[in-house]
Amino acid sequence: MSRIAATFARLANEKRKALIPFVTAGDPSPDIAVPLMHALVDAGVDVIELGVPFSDPMADGPVIQRSSERALKFGVGLKDVLSYVATFRQTNQSTPVVLMGYANPIERMGLKHFAEQAAAAGVDGVLVVDYPPEESQNLLSTMDAAGIDTIYLLSPTSTDERIKLVADTARGYIYYVSLKGVTGAANIDTGDVEAMIARIKSQTKLPVGVGFGIRDGETARRIASFADAVVIGSRIIQEMEAATPETAVERVRVLVSGIRQAMDKRVEK
Amino acid sequence: MQTQTEKYSLPDATGHFGPYGGVFVAETLQAALHELNVEYEKAKADPAFVAEFQRELKHYVGRPSPIYHAKRLSEELGGAQIYLKREDLNHTGAHKVNNTVGQALLARRMGKPRVIAETGAGQHGVATATVAARYGLECVVYMGSEDVRRQAQNVYRMKLLGATVVPVESGSKTLKDALNEAMRDWVTNVETTFYIIGTVAGPHPYPMMVRDFNSVVGKECLTQMPEVAGRQPDAVLACVGGGSNAMGIFYDYIPHKDVRLIGVEAGGDGIETGRHAASLSAGSPGVLHGNRTYLIQDANGQIIDTHSVSAGLDYPGVGPEHAWLKDSGRAEYVAINDDAALAAFHRLCRTEGIIPALESSHAVAHAIKLAPTMSEDNILLVNLSGRGDKDMATVAERGGMSLTAKAN
Repeated sequence: MSRIAATFARLANEKRKALIPFVTAGDPSPDIAVPLMHALVDAGVDVIELGVPFSDPMADGPVIQRSSERALKFGVGLKDVLSYVATFRQTNQSTPVVLMGYANPIERMGLKHFAEQAAAAGVDGVLVVDYPPEESQNLLSTMDAAGIDTIYLLSPTSTDERIKLVADTARGYIYYVSLKGVTGAANIDTGDVEAMIARIKSQTKLPVGVGFGIRDGETARRIASFADAVVIGSRIIQEMEAATPETAVERVRVLVSGIRQAMDKRVEK
Repeated sequence: MQTQTEKYSLPDATGHFGPYGGVFVAETLQAALHELNVEYEKAKADPAFVAEFQRELKHYVGRPSPIYHAKRLSEELGGAQIYLKREDLNHTGAHKVNNTVGQALLARRMGKPRVIAETGAGQHGVATATVAARYGLECVVYMGSEDVRRQAQNVYRMKLLGATVVPVESGSKTLKDALNEAMRDWVTNVETTFYIIGTVAGPHPYPMMVRDFNSVVGKECLTQMPEVAGRQPDAVLACVGGGSNAMGIFYDYIPHKDVRLIGVEAGGDGIETGRHAASLSAGSPGVLHGNRTYLIQDANGQIIDTHSVSAGLDYPGVGPEHAWLKDSGRAEYVAINDDAALAAFHRLCRTEGIIPALESSHAVAHAIKLAPTMSEDNILLVNLSGRGDKDMATVAERGGMSLTAKAN
């Protein structure tokens, strides 16, 4: 069983939901990339989504754009991101790591080479924002061969036909983008999200996570009452933007711990 | 007619030109692109839509644009005869408006009250603001803050036409970032908004649709050339940034195998300096802005800033159909440096009394290079895609002059 499948199986057993943070690798600085991952694990996250910096992050809002720009100023590329994962794996063999980013850096490295390097580093999944199922047959077969899950997005505008296409293609889990718009945009309507999650779940047995627009523990808790995972990105990056390089890791740990506690409340009673 | 023809029917149903093109966008945009594709196919097959488009091109844009024999220039060069397709005489001064008229009509047909656009130098922004005013649509134009500063006159023009210009502060603050921002707007407002892309790039169906709307240029040439020159040209030349004017004039010539198609990219300070915008001549394949094509990128797959004296060619990608025409050998692509483009600009001013856009000057420059190597009965057809009024400040500055200083 893959690390991602094992994680969701364990959580289902414990009747808990997955908390998945997103951070851009190398932001705010490359030297805290690995300590930040460990701090997230300490704060109680279940899967880490690690953003691969790209010069043209078309699907991201201003917060994640800025984080990508900061990492790029340090020259952080896909190779560096893989080395952070390899270092993280030296002391953590259980928390799944998913690389999230855009197609071009991967195509530039070459799909096959990327898959080999990613598997060797201990990467568990990839989510390539601008590779929809129709354009990613090569990615999928290459990742399958390397034992890496290819994760896909669904959105409020996805038709039943597209939900089926993604359900038939996706590995690991499905990431539901809860908003029309870019990452970090306005707050979400959890009622709308719940209805859509039900539609998706009628077509797949894979876990379904929800991201985009989740900014606090209370929203995370409500989402967790019907989804299998909650993804939080922009809010964490904003926390680091408000911190100094010395306090960033600790502030993220405190923020994420708080969200974890709020999410787990529902199963306590 | 002397030309042999061969069938050409790209893109395929999924928007691919061989390995290029496609729909490389996030899930949120898939439904909108699907809807656009369906609606465009319907419109294309609807005689009423086609008739309205043609009526607008005739009475609003001023088509057909003439083909002009640049006799003095040809004589001076002592070789092939140079003919110019005068897209510079269109309303708004360039080929861009062919496409914006088509897309605005489609927006209206689809019931979208709001149009958005990206722009670099501001030409596509002006062409979009123009048609938005003409059809009563709300218009928002995204423009890199660096370009807003450099192109103050076009910013003012768009505002006069009633558009809102939004300066984009992300990334390199230029055209590619404006395109990213327009895509973000579209994702957010997809129900009310039609995104008018200004070149033959972006996800399917844009490269095909923008080409189709601009293909009126080549279509006219096919009928006009026998009238003005007695036959079809030996070669068709056009500048290539994103590549919409080139696709516009190339498209109907693709099946005519004995007509050479030559795309002229911006060589900037020279390919060897790394300061250029010649994606096809010096780039490599990758994925950007929703399609696979040739890109100017670094070893990590990050997109690199480009350089050209001509803002309209200053783009790190190129339309996917050009990538395909290059690989398949049907078209050739060359690069012309800033200096040669400027020299061609001045030469056309002095010999023919035509002030070309700096973009089009690249195509003229290559014709100037090519003509003397050919015989007097050879014919070169150059797409003079736009006029140079917008470039006065840039050219003056290059000549060490400021337009606000005392004239010499």
